[in-house]
Amino acid sequence: MIKKIFFCVLFCCLSFTNNAQECNTILKGTVIDYHDGTPIYGATVYIKSLNKYATTDFEGKFKIEQLCNGEINLTISHISCETKNVTVSIEKDTYRDFFLEHHIESLKEVSIVAAANIKSKTIQSTVLKGKTIEAFSNQNLGDALKDIAGISSINTGNSIVKPVINGLHSSRIIVMTNGVRLQDQEWGIEHAPNLDINTAEKITVIKGANSLEFGGDAIGGVIVTEPSNVLLKDSLYGKSILSGQSNGRGYSFHSSLSKSTKKGWYVNAKTTLKKMGDFESPEYVLSNSGLNSKAYSLQTGLKKFESGFNVYYTFINNEIGILRASHLGNIEDLVNAINSPEPLITNDFSYDINSPKQDVTHQLVKVDYYKRFKKLGKLKVQYDFQNNHRFEYDIRVGNDRNKASLDLNLSSHAITSSFKFDAKTDEKYKVGFMGAYQNNFANPNTGIKRLIPDYDKYDLGFFTIGNFILNDETTLDVGFRYDFNAINAKKFYSKSRWEERNYELDFSDLIIGDFNTQWLVNPKFQFHNISASAGISYQLNDENSVLFNYGLSNRAPNPSELFSDGLHHSAARIELGDLRLQQETSNRVSANYRFKSANTSILVEVFFNDIRNFMYLEPTGTEQTIRGAFPVWEHKKTNANLFGADFSLTQNIGSHFILKNTSSFIRGKDVKNDRNLIDIPSAKTLNSIGYTLEKWYDFSAVIESEYVFRQNLFPNNNFETYIPTTDTTVLVDVSTTPSSYHLLNFNSDARFKLSEKTNLTVGLTVTNILNINYRENLNRLRFFADDLGRNYTLQLKLKY
Amino acid sequence: MHTLKNKYMKTIKNLALVLFVATLFTACSEDDPEVVNEEELITTLTATLRPSGGGTDIILKSVDLDGDGPDAPVISVSANLTVNTNYTGVLKVENETESPADDITIEVLEEDEEHQFFFTPTNNIATVSYNDMDEDGNPIGVQFTLATTTAASGSLTITLRHEPMKTASGVRNGDITNAGGETDVQAVFPITVQ
Repeated sequence: MIKKIFFCVLFCCLSFTNNAQECNTILKGTVIDYHDGTPIYGATVYIKSLNKYATTDFEGKFKIEQLCNGEINLTISHISCETKNVTVSIEKDTYRDFFLEHHIESLKEVSIVAAANIKSKTIQSTVLKGKTIEAFSNQNLGDALKDIAGISSINTGNSIVKPVINGLHSSRIIVMTNGVRLQDQEWGIEHAPNLDINTAEKITVIKGANSLEFGGDAIGGVIVTEPSNVLLKDSLYGKSILSGQSNGRGYSFHSSLSKSTKKGWYVNAKTTLKKMGDFESPEYVLSNSGLNSKAYSLQTGLKKFESGFNVYYTFINNEIGILRASHLGNIEDLVNAINSPEPLITNDFSYDINSPKQDVTHQLVKVDYYKRFKKLGKLKVQYDFQNNHRFEYDIRVGNDRNKASLDLNLSSHAITSSFKFDAKTDEKYKVGFMGAYQNNFANPNTGIKRLIPDYDKYDLGFFTIGNFILNDETTLDVGFRYDFNAINAKKFYSKSRWEERNYELDFSDLIIGDFNTQWLVNPKFQFHNISASAGISYQLNDENSVLFNYGLSNRAPNPSELFSDGLHHSAARIELGDLRLQQETSNRVSANYRFKSANTSILVEVFFNDIRNFMYLEPTGTEQTIRGAFPVWEHKKTNANLFGADFSLTQNIGSHFILKNTSSFIRGKDVKNDRNLIDIPSAKTLNSIGYTLEKWYDFSAVIESEYVFRQNLFPNNNFETYIPTTDTTVLVDVSTTPSSYHLLNFNSDARFKLSEKTNLTVGLTVTNILNINYRENLNRLRFFADDLGRNYTLQLKLKY
Repeated sequence: MHTLKNKYMKTIKNLALVLFVATLFTACSEDDPEVVNEEELITTLTATLRPSGGGTDIILKSVDLDGDGPDAPVISVSANLTVNTNYTGVLKVENETESPADDITIEVLEEDEEHQFFFTPTNNIATVSYNDMDEDGNPIGVQFTLATTTAASGSLTITLRHEPMKTASGVRNGDITNAGGETDVQAVFPITVQ
């Protein structure tokens, strides 16, 4: 460095002498760090037209003599800053300050979304990147996350996959996509995130509610997906991924193209198409389980250090078949289905998707803008609009045969703004606010009573987060957030239901209309939610570190929990919400221990989550209708404790072999009634051994064993029912969990260089190699059919 | 520094204003939602049994006016059945929440290949045979004959299945065991034969 400066100075001196003229104006200046205002030592100031150099001293000062009056172009550079071109006009001896951005890494590496808080060292988070995500190009977000310790999924078949973080899912998880909180009717178990995994270059999973920037109600955690980084150079690049798979006889095609310029302009477009036919279990076809998916996204913007903006649009449409055999008429059909070892309806393989099915379109538009202020920080402002249109088709008769049974259109607007005070490296603050409006419209033309009513919802939130680096070993984070939620719904209740729920006592003032057998009711609820977080990380030595954190969060009941009312046809159950539900409050403590050496990395995570007024959906009995009896599932509340441990190990053996283990265990307890909680993921252990040979086309091969233990701790919700056609009373077993299972999977790939900038990766994946029959506890269709049999996937990935 | 702060505050204020205005625009839909009267709702199943030797019709009726609501259906049987009698039976399914009541039997008959009624007696109170068939020659069950023999009491369950497998073993003869499909109506009538 010193040597370099010496030469610079020497060179400057030489050039000075070479260019001696009668011009003798002097330019003096200081080169300053944009962030904290400190002077930059060793920056080079270069006047190309005159071939004049100067280097800044310890005070960041420089001086260039013998300049002619007029405009001169300066090039200011420093080893760890971005080079800056400035035009200065001089008439006399001049003094100027020049600001350099002293963070080249953040410029080149940080993605468009400055998801600042997630880089915090005091939260439990795991990151998935490029290649890992690309391997799941033909699957779902939920599938990709399942290899992370502590993450599982709750499924309806194999195309509707919802991530579960430490046993919590749906409204307890926030999914962020490119800086936008996804609003896609996430309350339902059969409502998977409307997100094309191919739009993500990086996925961060945060356990617990410690990322207050995204929301205060993420009792389970946050999933942040971010698009690829913008390269600050003139380039045109892209990739295409083509996958074909044997099970479902389907394909998936993804292609993306990006153009960027050195000045920071960028544009990229992505598209993904998927088509799957009926999937197959080892012994039979899972009729009507196909999938048709189309996704597009377009984004453009300007990314400079001082300011920039981003405009983003995505469209995704999923048409997903629901297993034909899962459609039931009444409790007798349910008993028949549970008792039958095979689905009651299996047809030959087909690509057709018939009822029951869902057809969901999600569109998102986002505009954001950021600006940095000298010696102060960064302001970010964002507006987003989302529209989620969901159709569910049941098996119907007559003229209504092709009419949707459920037609919900959810529109959401949100404005968010934050300011990050990052002038000091050891003390950073972020403050922000969020305002959102949401409207749900349930189309009455379905001819079926609305399961979710029309409503307007308003949210307002403020947060402040502080990050303090106490010393080289210790980092502290604290955060506070306040949210106000208001919901204004208009809902029809059948008068008999209104009475059965005893609503006439508490809510008779909400009635605004009398429609023969139904009341029109106008519930207006408001919730005030406080959330707080604190975390500390401590580096014991080079290899060992620990972190502890605490999170307080409150979640207001969602529309489904409040208002659900009716027969869920495909599930053959009556689902009932409860107007009396209040927000649930979670107090979560967790700790991490991490060991990292050259060849070994170990992570142990433990947590304890106490949730007051925990809302859950559970069978409570049966109701007689003219169709026969139906099980009733009610949204209830209790006090719950969840605790668990997640373990991850990576061990390199020699330079070619790598051993991995991830294991997780979780327990969920209803402490009020001293029972087990429903839908708690089973303990699971994943072990793999991988071989890599970089010399030979970057070759890698991994064999993985996935062992899922039987969930022995489940609540007993079995009930007896009379089956008239057999004149018997039978036990309906909706509780007993399936046996443990063990899957073997294999993956291998190799990369071939086709030209200077083009390479082709060929990958082969085999899942369920042994083609075993199994059923997963958290798959809602487990009552009706086995899970997937063996599947071969061939993937071709071209990067250019 | 001070001006920057002011600028920031101003931006915040502007944003709040924009949000407020946006909310006003979008939140003005004060119209009440349209009521939904279920189209495919079946509230009433009526079986009319006419004794072959003449006499008063016996009416078996199941009425559930709140559909999928919490109220259980109201079951009624107008009179006891007589021993050793053949009854000619006709079934009717209706939606009585509409006025006049919507006769859903018509829809059932329009899609007769996809529908079948099943009659399941207990305690050998009666035997039931079909008097009608769809285009494929399989029974429907809107018209049937019910025959009693000795005195007994028990129940008669009438079930309407949608998309049953009519060709499965025993289904043509009225055995519901292998029928599959989904249940549209199911009513259990207490019957006394004397």
